[in-house]
Amino acid sequence: MDVKASMAIIKAMAEAIRVNKDYLTELDAAIGDADHGVNMDRGFQAVLAKLDALTSDPPCVGTILSTVGMTLVSTVGGASGPLYGTAFLYAGNVVKGKDRVSLDDAIAMLEAALAGIKKRGGAEVGDKTMVDALEPAVAYLRGPGRNETSLSSALSNAAAKAREGMESTRPIMAVRGRASFLKERSIGHLDPGAVSCYLLLKTIADSV
Amino acid sequence: MVSILLISHSSKVADGARDIAAEMAGNDVVIVACGGTADGRIGTDPDRVARAVDALAFGDGLVILADLGSSVMSAQMAVESLPEERRAKVIIANAPIVEGAVLAAIEASMGRSLAEVDKAAQSAHTMTKA
Repeated sequence: MDVKASMAIIKAMAEAIRVNKDYLTELDAAIGDADHGVNMDRGFQAVLAKLDALTSDPPCVGTILSTVGMTLVSTVGGASGPLYGTAFLYAGNVVKGKDRVSLDDAIAMLEAALAGIKKRGGAEVGDKTMVDALEPAVAYLRGPGRNETSLSSALSNAAAKAREGMESTRPIMAVRGRASFLKERSIGHLDPGAVSCYLLLKTIADSV
Repeated sequence: MVSILLISHSSKVADGARDIAAEMAGNDVVIVACGGTADGRIGTDPDRVARAVDALAFGDGLVILADLGSSVMSAQMAVESLPEERRAKVIIANAPIVEGAVLAAIEASMGRSLAEVDKAAQSAHTMTKA
């Protein structure tokens, strides 16, 4: 995966968020403050504008990701800004100066993204957050995924794990974020952050 | 004198908490309000928070009071992006924003240390109301 492909993935992510904007906001209306889709879409539209400005001088993959991270932190306006922003910043740091991404790089990037999100939000698996989607995907890549022969099939299988993780947020009670204020009323709803996290991972897998 | 930064999802809450605190603490304490998003919605403007933290994290230090989620995370990120030697000058108080702001501002106005101002903010938890 080269610089051009990384740029295309970010654009596909923005499109996935745009298409699912209302769905994510609906999920957030049930157990949060009803702004997840709107916020994420605002962030990723701002990312598109920033990336357009970068295209004249093709940067390394690390620069693309840190641009995405900083833009999300600045423009999202909700907790998903610092959380996803930190994820992209950490992932970008792993591939600083690189113009190609291998399977090992991709694994290291997602590990770093997970570490960033956990550091920022303090969540663990089972708290009903984006970590529930991301951590199983990273665990797969760290384990059996390392032996996959192609980046594409490794990421597809990781996205499938993220989907299971996302589904696992439905029957549990939220421990982090606004949804935790609802206590048992948060049970029975998917976590919007876990859903957006799965959508982003699925988009990466589909675009590679 | 310790400065105080108030971060809320709402500009009205941040501005209002500052007004209530300033009424008690007088004009000597620097109290800055950072409420809402850059375009005036409910939320947080992390860039503005980062600029405020950078501007206030010097001298006797800065106590930050923040309300929820992204306010707290923006404060944490702003502190982490300070040069290492200035990070110890900032404390994010584990306290409710309005009551904490009033107690912290009064303590700061008496020329107390960063740790003492933080402790005063935290004492909001033991305020009895019923």
